[in-house]
Amino acid sequence: MLRRVRLALGVLLLTSVAFLVSGGLSPATAADTTITGTLTSPSGIAVTGVVITATGADGVSVSGTSDEKGVFVIPLPAGGSYTVELDVTTLPEGITLNNEADASRSLLVLGGEKRIIIGLSEGGESGIVTESSGTAERVVQLFLDGILYGLVIALGAVGLNLVFGTTGLTNFSHGELLSLGAFTALTFNTAGLNIIIAAPIAIVFAAFVYGWGQNRILWRPLRRRKTGLIAAMIVSIGLAIFLRYTLVLFFGGAPESYKQFAGQPGIALGPFNTTPKALILGALAILALAATVVWLQRSRIGKATRAVSDNPALASATGIDVERVISVVWIIGAGLAAFAGIYLGLTQNTVWNMGQRILLVLFAAVILGGLGTIYGAIVGAMVVGIFIQMTTLVIPTEMKTVGALFLMILILLVRPQGLLGRKERVG
Amino acid sequence: MDFGQIFTLTITQAFGVTALIYLFAAIGLNIQFGYTGLLNFGQVAFVAAGAYSVGVIVLTFDLSLWLSIVVALITSTILALLLGIPTLRLRADYLAIVTIAASELLRLLVRSIAFKDVFGGAQGLNGKLGQEFHDLNPLPADFTLPVLSWSRQDLWVVIVGWSLALLFTLFVWGLVRSPWGRVVKGIREDEDAVVSLGKNVFVYKLQALVIGGGIAAFGGILWAVAKQSVQPDTFQPDFTFFVFTILLLGGAARVFGPIAGTVIFWFLLAGFGEVLSSLINNGYIDFLTATDVGSIRFMLMGLGLMLLMIFRPQGIFGDRRELALDAR
Repeated sequence: MLRRVRLALGVLLLTSVAFLVSGGLSPATAADTTITGTLTSPSGIAVTGVVITATGADGVSVSGTSDEKGVFVIPLPAGGSYTVELDVTTLPEGITLNNEADASRSLLVLGGEKRIIIGLSEGGESGIVTESSGTAERVVQLFLDGILYGLVIALGAVGLNLVFGTTGLTNFSHGELLSLGAFTALTFNTAGLNIIIAAPIAIVFAAFVYGWGQNRILWRPLRRRKTGLIAAMIVSIGLAIFLRYTLVLFFGGAPESYKQFAGQPGIALGPFNTTPKALILGALAILALAATVVWLQRSRIGKATRAVSDNPALASATGIDVERVISVVWIIGAGLAAFAGIYLGLTQNTVWNMGQRILLVLFAAVILGGLGTIYGAIVGAMVVGIFIQMTTLVIPTEMKTVGALFLMILILLVRPQGLLGRKERVG
Repeated sequence: MDFGQIFTLTITQAFGVTALIYLFAAIGLNIQFGYTGLLNFGQVAFVAAGAYSVGVIVLTFDLSLWLSIVVALITSTILALLLGIPTLRLRADYLAIVTIAASELLRLLVRSIAFKDVFGGAQGLNGKLGQEFHDLNPLPADFTLPVLSWSRQDLWVVIVGWSLALLFTLFVWGLVRSPWGRVVKGIREDEDAVVSLGKNVFVYKLQALVIGGGIAAFGGILWAVAKQSVQPDTFQPDFTFFVFTILLLGGAARVFGPIAGTVIFWFLLAGFGEVLSSLINNGYIDFLTATDVGSIRFMLMGLGLMLLMIFRPQGIFGDRRELALDAR
């Protein structure tokens, strides 16, 4: 099952990169007519050395080979009708085409960059047997997968909700905190540090630079200027776009993996198939979340956070330093988000729009639990995580996010304050 | 460096087909966000509805293009009702999240393998989408423009597109001066006051969403007709945010705001891209490659949206007093 999930993810990756260059903003000029694409295996590893040939109507043929990032570019002499063929013999062992018909296709290139999408599947992986598992086993498998996914969502959603609770900001750039954390770890990892060492350094770095620093440089001055909440929301969108394309500029558009634990073989625990890294990360996530809850419940600043979340004016009047609480909230939120990003990077891969892709799921979790309610984020995240995985029993895997988004809209209709929220007028 | 060529390329883009698509979405958003104060973060869904209506009717069902335009308007109206009825009673930030979620939900549905037969999956629908429109092209077959680099086909699209855009602008001008316009502006300023005057606020908001969505759908129709291709991944949420940037740049709640915003936005974006590409190609900048230009353009746009919102939320021509932000 896990493999099927990954497979869908691989195709998703393949296609989502397509927007990067070909998306509405690059008008075609005849000077650089190309056919291009990225070959990524379902588990996120770039597929290199695959030869793809385009033959024009006049018989001229041009070919391209996928590079170390899986990217292939076929420069064309002019626009026109082309037959594009993938040499299946150059595919690495174990990688096959999803669809036999993809090996050859004809398409019309009008000019500019034409992206083609080739679905790949991964066969012959050792260790995991996914065929012929019964419904009962699938339910158990999906339930546990859902818990693991829910933990990632919870790590991301806690920060989002804490910031909303204390400052009222609906932060559309929260997803980028996940991406930034993951890519910071990747930078340290590429520089030679083992990911086990790189990850904690990246989390601390993220907490103080992307969390505390961001609040200090951007959000605190905006609060001082009395910038409204809707204006701040739009500012956060601008920031998200800026950060996303900064990542593309420095790291490129192709997905990358950490040097360690990338292709860890799976293990079976009774009916449940997983990888050791997913279990360890899940345990660490539970620890981090538990620590956050205890901190909020017991420590002075944690109690102050809940007070500010409840009523900032009253909290301020009782002598709580609201700005200090907000700084701490940003540090913790960004640290947890970075952890979530690294978690995703280890179990899937790191890609420039990973944060954007999970942001709406985070919102779904937060709204389900109750926007601004501190424990709501965790409850909502677990429900959304399990719900997303379980729905794949009845709907195709590629549409699992659809279910979560639909659930969110439904919740807003019947109980807009969320599961744990207090009833108040939100309309 | 050939500045003449850079300039003509830039002008071609500032008034070109892609700019027009964004212009229609911005005119629609101006009614929804600028005048009525609805924080619609799912504008791209209406553009997609327009584009896919043309794609599905013409390619999947092999029917007339003119029929597909009617279908596009019906689809966008249904979409507005589906989106509006559950959400328009909610607070602004909830509305924003729901609309963006709905637009993503739609994109995931049309690109899914389950509906591949109708919507073409991740590859979308590609083919002769606008043939009936292009057959009407009155320009002579060997027509070429002396300066600008539009093809005969694009020029025909641009002429019709701009005529329509001016028509819609005129429509908006009349609309906001009508009693209807005064009510929706009242909703933006103080919803409770309008309620206490006995107006059904919900219905007015829904009407604004339907009208704005319908105009945005024309952007989608234009897209399908001009580019002969409808692909799901071009309808990402970022599209909506670019439209917001355009609207805020020109000035929200200004009749000519969308037009000014679109032309200036594309002039700056295209001009910057062309200059930077040219600098790189001629070896003046060697630490960047030609593929970086795209990312830098997007980075600047994100930065631009932030700075605009912080320092000049009313845009170039807007009026600060007439701004929907934080009416409540």
